[in-house]
Amino acid sequence: MNIHEFQAKEIFRKAGIPVPPGEVAQTPEEAEAIAAKLGGRVVVKAQVHSGGRGKAGGVKLASTPEEAREKAQAILGMDIKGLTVEKVLVTPAEEIATEAYVGCLVDRKAQSLTFMVSSEGGVDIEEVAHTKPEAIKKITIDPRYGLLPHEAFWLASSLYDDPSLVKQGTKIIGQLYHAFVMAGASMAEINPLISTPAGEVKAIDAKMSIDDNELFRKPEVAAYRDLSAEPASETKARNADLSYVKLDGNVGCCVNGAGLAMATMDLVKYYGGEPANFLDIGGSSNPDKVVAALEIITSDPNVKAILFNIFGGITRCDDVANGIVAGTKRIDMKVPLVIRLTGTNEKEGVAILEGAGYKATTSMDEVVKQAVALANQA
Amino acid sequence: MAIFVDESTRLVVQGITGRDGSFHTRQMMEYGTQVVAGVTPGKGGQFFDGPQGKQVPIFNTVEDAVTEAGANTSVIYVPPAFAAGAVLEAAGAGIGFIVCITEGVPVLEMTRALAYVRDRGARLLGPNCPGIISPGKAKVGILPGQIVTPGPVGVISRSGTLTYEAVYQLTNAGIGQTTCVGIGGDPLIGTNFVDALSAFKADPDTKAIVMIGEIGGTDEQEAAAWVSANLGIPVVGFIAGQTAPPGRRMGHAGAIISGSSGTAEEKVKAFKDNGIAVASRPVEIADLIKSALTR
Repeated sequence: MNIHEFQAKEIFRKAGIPVPPGEVAQTPEEAEAIAAKLGGRVVVKAQVHSGGRGKAGGVKLASTPEEAREKAQAILGMDIKGLTVEKVLVTPAEEIATEAYVGCLVDRKAQSLTFMVSSEGGVDIEEVAHTKPEAIKKITIDPRYGLLPHEAFWLASSLYDDPSLVKQGTKIIGQLYHAFVMAGASMAEINPLISTPAGEVKAIDAKMSIDDNELFRKPEVAAYRDLSAEPASETKARNADLSYVKLDGNVGCCVNGAGLAMATMDLVKYYGGEPANFLDIGGSSNPDKVVAALEIITSDPNVKAILFNIFGGITRCDDVANGIVAGTKRIDMKVPLVIRLTGTNEKEGVAILEGAGYKATTSMDEVVKQAVALANQA
Repeated sequence: MAIFVDESTRLVVQGITGRDGSFHTRQMMEYGTQVVAGVTPGKGGQFFDGPQGKQVPIFNTVEDAVTEAGANTSVIYVPPAFAAGAVLEAAGAGIGFIVCITEGVPVLEMTRALAYVRDRGARLLGPNCPGIISPGKAKVGILPGQIVTPGPVGVISRSGTLTYEAVYQLTNAGIGQTTCVGIGGDPLIGTNFVDALSAFKADPDTKAIVMIGEIGGTDEQEAAAWVSANLGIPVVGFIAGQTAPPGRRMGHAGAIISGSSGTAEEKVKAFKDNGIAVASRPVEIADLIKSALTR
């Protein structure tokens, strides 16, 4: 789960990381009032789950409260990579002497956390990794011990020469590790970590992703979920315990298993169609989940045909068939539905469907071809 | 032969009295797996009712299951909050091969569990995996027994039902399997493609391998390089997620394209560059394996 900059900054502050003050505004007037309260020059920053906010024009300087209102007016409602800006963060403009990058992430290869720092901060770190890899220093954390003090010191020493800055940097790196673990993050980034002409080190940006698997035991972090930042259909799917990602095509897909769901989307594309969604009903065989899945797919106006691809393992074909029958009775079906059922209790499932006037095939290739043809005819 | 599990597997089920644990224990026993013990803290001394009147002793700890019932392999069906702890317990009790089916295990807990498993010289399969089946010998996990058949092909996959799809195509085409391994869909897993490939390399009965990958990470790319440098038997590959948008998690916690890395294109290219035949649809897998076996 991605969280906003202002939320990540809250977590950082709790961990002791120096972060400039700031408040969130949802209207230009609120932004003006916050700027007046802060005094001096401020930065108005779009709060969306996307990188490249600055390049997209979502980060603007303002010298006066009036100007902060104008900038907020321009940024609120703006579209950044398909996401509408609903909130802005208003925070004091800082004097910058140096900009560094500090990040911590789950490293799949090392099977642990890796800290990454660079004295080339304030720019896209992936770009630095390409153009100037020697400017990035990394250390993999041994999960038996956690981040050790000398490791934090070594990282900070690669950023600064001044002993006072090294000392502050060491402390901040340790605090970032603490924040990462406390929040159950999968990624935490300060870019840039600035030093001011007065010799203070602080985080003027904050980025964090939370490991979804941690949310059940961290309600205070789970509360950061911004429902306005995702389509309503995805909220509904999560509440029904379905994995769903909305896409732009017209073939609605309902599949059991994530890998098979992706392979089904790919096959739709292979036969000249476009998938409308990723949807995994999961390993359970609860007919109610199938009904919820049908409701979500049919509420997408782009969908012109729906395909079910079910390979029964733990999931039982008869349960899915019951769900389809119940769902199509409850929902006013405006688009055709094609079904592939095979595996556990296949015969029972097919019989249930036939009783309700549906046919089912056992071939994945066949059902995808049918769905694409139906969607393209519509 | 087979890899990781066979007739010598003596299985302990951690979470045997739970809903999933009890259902799948019966399925595994019906398949012929030797389930020698179950573990549910607080229920030690009781018995689990298996199929055909078979009784499985339940212990409070994995250690008791090892010393009293001679368990050498464990399978974990406990809820996510306790799964990493169950892995630690199994490794601590001296279990050599641990299969964690549970989905949703916090990644930070896995970093510690993986280090502990390595230190103990044990092997973990998963978490968030369908398990492993050596047709006709043993089934550990949730893979459906009826779709596999003994034969010369090893199957390795990050996915559950997509593995079933591939195995089903093979079995329907009359091609059997030595072992089918689901390595799991999480970002941190105990056994990766290269680990499974090297085990298959040491198995003289495995004559070809099907490798099913998906978006996220670079495990497939490393496996592809390893195949061309070390393996010596043909591999057929498939990658799921060509239509997946970047930055979005596709069900599996590990199936996410971050930045420019982990895309399907990158993985398909790595397969092709290293002499791995790539199926563009699941239905092609069986045909490609057939021609690889007759080559």
